[in-house]
Amino acid sequence: MLSLASVSAGYGSFQALFGVSIEVSRGEAVGVIGPNGAGKTTLMRVISGMLPMSDGSMTIEGQAIGDLPAHHIIARGIAHVPENRRLFPRLTVEENLRVGAFIPSARARFAEQLDWVYSLFPRLKDRRAQAAGTMSGGEQQMCAIGRALMSKPKVLLMDEPSAGLAPLVVQQVFDLVKKIRAEGLTVLIVEQNVQQVLDVVDRAYLLEVGAIKLSGTAAELKNNSFIRESYLGL
Amino acid sequence: MDIYLIEAIINGILLGGVLALLALGLNLIFGVVDVVWISYADIVMCGMYAVYFLYAQYGIPLPFACLIGIAGSACLGIVVHKLIISPVLDSPPLNQLLATGGLLFFLQSFATLLFGTDFRNIGVRLPVLEIATMYVSFARLIAFGVALVGAVVLYFFLKKTYTGAAIRAIAQDREIVGLMGIDQRRVYLVVSAIGGALAGLAACLLALQYDVHPFIGNTFGPVIFMICVLGGLGNMLGGFFASFIISLIIAIGGYYSSTELSYVFAFSFFIVLMFIRPRGLFTP
Repeated sequence: MLSLASVSAGYGSFQALFGVSIEVSRGEAVGVIGPNGAGKTTLMRVISGMLPMSDGSMTIEGQAIGDLPAHHIIARGIAHVPENRRLFPRLTVEENLRVGAFIPSARARFAEQLDWVYSLFPRLKDRRAQAAGTMSGGEQQMCAIGRALMSKPKVLLMDEPSAGLAPLVVQQVFDLVKKIRAEGLTVLIVEQNVQQVLDVVDRAYLLEVGAIKLSGTAAELKNNSFIRESYLGL
Repeated sequence: MDIYLIEAIINGILLGGVLALLALGLNLIFGVVDVVWISYADIVMCGMYAVYFLYAQYGIPLPFACLIGIAGSACLGIVVHKLIISPVLDSPPLNQLLATGGLLFFLQSFATLLFGTDFRNIGVRLPVLEIATMYVSFARLIAFGVALVGAVVLYFFLKKTYTGAAIRAIAQDREIVGLMGIDQRRVYLVVSAIGGALAGLAACLLALQYDVHPFIGNTFGPVIFMICVLGGLGNMLGGFFASFIISLIIAIGGYYSSTELSYVFAFSFFIVLMFIRPRGLFTP
């Protein structure tokens, strides 16, 4: 469904990604793990069009989207839950969700999508009139995911959903990810929290210094000696 | 209480309405585009000339002249954004100030060249109302009412529409809005058009009370900036309330001393408050 072929990208003269190829099939949950500074966030930014790629190609359902700016990418069915949530703090929860439904196709079915998001995350419905910035970290993550879901995406990109959250809340966030998977959504998730992300994805890629070093099913990676030593501390 | 004082207070509040409209426009543009339009009051001057020529020279009925003036000011807002603001969006703030400041001199000089320095009046004489032995200018009453309606319409636009939500979102996190399908450049154009239209609306209301001349912008410009900073730059509600605080100081100060001194009071109040609350009266 989503396919990246030898994608390179960077910031000015600094290159962050070196020929990264990634494949995500329909209904699949795929993880990208790796240390800080490996280029995980850059990868997400390239896919959602926030950062242009310098080389390579990218397609969704066979259609090239490599040259599109961010505000066109979302209309092709890719929604991005950014790192640190990035809610609009002074807008209410429901207003944040409304902004998530900005594209014309989403406006047309706003009520329907809103009901769906509220049924997935009932807590958001309780907090609908509250300023998003005043909620707890876990609730904000819910709202950020809900905002992305409002556009009815085919692929959901999640950048470090557990970052900056308390350990107990981290588990709740991964439960949210499972919930979204159960809805049949295709998910690409970037995480430093290797142990927990391998529990919720089907396959994963290991990104190190801007290049894919390893890939395999979640079970394979959990048993891989390099991953066990370097990332799971076993 | 002294009846003349009450009269001064009422007139002050009425004046505050138009100032609030301009403060809203300036704050909207600053909050979203992140550029201070030093020349904002001169857009008002252009709007006033438009109304003057359309109505007083070409005999177009006043409501239509006003509508054309508002539409023209909105277009001027777009042109200013495209030609002046857009190229300096990524420049240091000082360069942006110089660019919009340059526009101020350009507009004033251009107006002088085209129309001379004559004071022109659209010649609409509205009655002065006598309410319970107090005299209230009808023109000011209309200006206040229309300005308030304009502010309410703007509020519902920002609160209830997708574009309005996008405008408020972009003011809080401009980098991320693309992920929601919002094209920043288009929102900037919409906001510049709204800012221009608000200046145009204010121009119509001011044309009823004041003569138009190339430097009329200097009469309001500094006061509007003071109001915006006092309310917290970009804080629309803060600017709205600050308008009434400042207009009341000017009105009451004017009653106890003279109009000139009242501006001294207003700016002194502003300077003192900047020491106490440097980020604005209504910024927590």
